[in-house]
Amino acid sequence: MKEFAYFPGCSLEKIASSYHISAVETTKKLGILLKELDDWNCCGATTYFYIDELLAYTLCARNLAIAEKTGLDVVAPCSACYKNMFFTAAHLKKDADLADHVNFALEEDNLHFKGTVNVKHLIEVFAEDIGPDELKRKVTKPLEGMRVAPYYGCQIIRPQKDKEDVEQPQFFEELLTAIGATPVNYPLKVRCCGGSLILSSRTAALTMVRNLLQSAVDAQASVIATACPLCQVNLEVYQQQVNQEFGTNFSVPVMYFTQLIGLALEIPHKKLGIGKEFVAMAPHLLPVEHVWGLPRKAT
Amino acid sequence: MTDTIPFSQEISNLLHASEGEPLKNCIQCGTCSGTCPVAGYMDNSPRQIIALINLGKKDQVLESNTFWYCASCYHCSVRCPQEIDITELMYALKRYSIWKNRYQEGLIGPTFSEAFVKMIIRGGRSFEPILATSYIFSFNTREFLQEIQGATELLLKGRLPILPARIKRLENFRRMIGRIIPMGGLE
Repeated sequence: MKEFAYFPGCSLEKIASSYHISAVETTKKLGILLKELDDWNCCGATTYFYIDELLAYTLCARNLAIAEKTGLDVVAPCSACYKNMFFTAAHLKKDADLADHVNFALEEDNLHFKGTVNVKHLIEVFAEDIGPDELKRKVTKPLEGMRVAPYYGCQIIRPQKDKEDVEQPQFFEELLTAIGATPVNYPLKVRCCGGSLILSSRTAALTMVRNLLQSAVDAQASVIATACPLCQVNLEVYQQQVNQEFGTNFSVPVMYFTQLIGLALEIPHKKLGIGKEFVAMAPHLLPVEHVWGLPRKAT
Repeated sequence: MTDTIPFSQEISNLLHASEGEPLKNCIQCGTCSGTCPVAGYMDNSPRQIIALINLGKKDQVLESNTFWYCASCYHCSVRCPQEIDITELMYALKRYSIWKNRYQEGLIGPTFSEAFVKMIIRGGRSFEPILATSYIFSFNTREFLQEIQGATELLLKGRLPILPARIKRLENFRRMIGRIIPMGGLE
């Protein structure tokens, strides 16, 4: 069984607990063990960097140093945590003076950042370590007929790390195809959900959420799949506020990709955290639910 | 007076951790502004902000809401043909503005980010209900009620924490931060 150090991040403790539980359950079923980091701290989201860069690097480096102690690569399910940890590791590996200064602070918690750890986003574990082919082999209940809008958002794919495609990535679509769903093509899949602007610049963020929902609905998606807790909250929890502000009538379920994979692996709903949604996956939104009720055709 | 560092240089100096190209390389093509999903709500578009910095218009830059409206989506950064890291520039302007204690009145961003960092220094982890106090009172009645409605529903669905989460080695954690920034007023 392959193992990873797992950094859940603050959102997954409560507001996105269904992402946490579905991440743990689906990876387990696919032969991967996520071992939660001991005594991890907040990654800083975007706000540490507003205040002090050195503080931002130090707080991320503490988690990286804890991960290094396990000898495992670290996985983050939240895009902001992932981006912060990935680029902190990259900067500290390149800048010996910065690493020295950060390590001087880490001494207070008996930690040391050596620069041996690699950082991955959870969706990369599915796309690369498991891979769509292996995933497809493990699927027992393909999500036939389910039209899913893969929502990449921002910080999984940006900033650019190497030469990878940041405009038209395909790995999310490949995972959805592997579980038998139909990924829909819609123009806003890599656009921003507004992030923390939902609190600090509300009108701007609600407009961004509206545009995204409209784009997915126009492509006839019956569900939006996300890989980030903030994207999920903005698109789902604030959907009713979008409807109130713009007089729209959106009712689009926004599920974590791990929940959809879990459904295709026949993991019970409860173990996928299904039931805590603001917009539930109603049967009429999910043609596949009807399919499930019928005996499968022999092929 | 001749020794005064120009504003554009001051800002460039704040970009030491960025790997982008210098601001003076900007060709004013506007790719950033065309890409930015929030440009329509900004006093000055990202392209204009770079022009203002390069022209040394410090007051105009600090009075602009532009960088506080940046959502850190990095879309401008990956598209800039001159490879200027514009998102990183927005972070630098936020830090500069907090450092100078000069920003447009009524913005939630500065208060929110300070509240966030203080919260982390206290407990090591994020706790949404405390954060809410930094922005909720800036909302109008309708927004306030909508936010309360959303929060209530989250609570009922078991998606909001009641008690703040704290890390175990909090004493070590605070001493660690004390080696990086002065902790005056934060504890």
